[in-house]
Amino acid sequence: MGSGPEKIKGSTSASSGKNVLRALVVDDSKFHRVLQTALLRFFKVETTAAENGKEAVDLFRSGSNFDIVLMDKEMPVMDGPEATRTLRSMGVDAKIVGITANASSESKAEFMEAGIDDFLLKPLTADNVASLLENMGKN
Amino acid sequence: MLGLDAARLEADMNRLMAQLFHQGVLDEQFMQLQQLQDDSSPNFVLEVISIYFRESEKMLTNLRHQLADKEVTDYTKIGVHLNHLMGSSSSIGANRITTVCIALRAASEQCSWARCLRCLEVLEHEYCYLKARLHELFQMEQQRVIAAGVRYRPQLA
Repeated sequence: MGSGPEKIKGSTSASSGKNVLRALVVDDSKFHRVLQTALLRFFKVETTAAENGKEAVDLFRSGSNFDIVLMDKEMPVMDGPEATRTLRSMGVDAKIVGITANASSESKAEFMEAGIDDFLLKPLTADNVASLLENMGKN
Repeated sequence: MLGLDAARLEADMNRLMAQLFHQGVLDEQFMQLQQLQDDSSPNFVLEVISIYFRESEKMLTNLRHQLADKEVTDYTKIGVHLNHLMGSSSSIGANRITTVCIALRAASEQCSWARCLRCLEVLEHEYCYLKARLHELFQMEQQRVIAAGVRYRPQLA
């Protein structure tokens, strides 16, 4: 499989020269793409959005790099678990956080087995986004 | 609209918000939406709520369609639509709608068509109530902005 892409701790912004985190929001719902993007931008995270797992995979394949991926579970074309498995098999080691409204243990287990690093229930709040980003900073 | 007292409108808005919180229609998650609105995105709440209404109406239509015929009801699809509706409803603080979604999900997991139908009726009622109240709130906000003399700048494409 090879060594995979180099782990990125944060890209350098061309304009400011400062380290900035880059996030990818993956959700088939425009509502959640808009809301999660706003939440992340509130914390000064550069954010891109994709409508399904396949778009997310294509972004990585085209050379885009992200430090964190907020991955919805149920999406058409390619769902969250499948996208996660595909990204991991490509050697992507960005932090992938599974997001769903379904609190069942089966739902979480399926997602964890696919290779996510963390799991959050909707609604996403400023507190849990802050916590996520703080943990990334510590790591 | 011109000449309306901005302070009175603000008081009316606060009363409506307090009522919606007291009734359990909205919860603190709605306040978070307002905190994400700033000068760079002055219409954020309106934009997000508008998207919520559009997507929710599709989900409600899908649910109604799924429950139209007892013999061919697909409870798995009901679960998928519900997850969608629950996720967005809880994200805007639509507390009562979220609660009814939970009840509907329980009914669908038990494959109880009659209970699902009853829950859906309650859900549609709650949705209509929320939509009407939020429209009222946004109209008052528009009037307040005009009355206060704050210039409204739409985002250019």
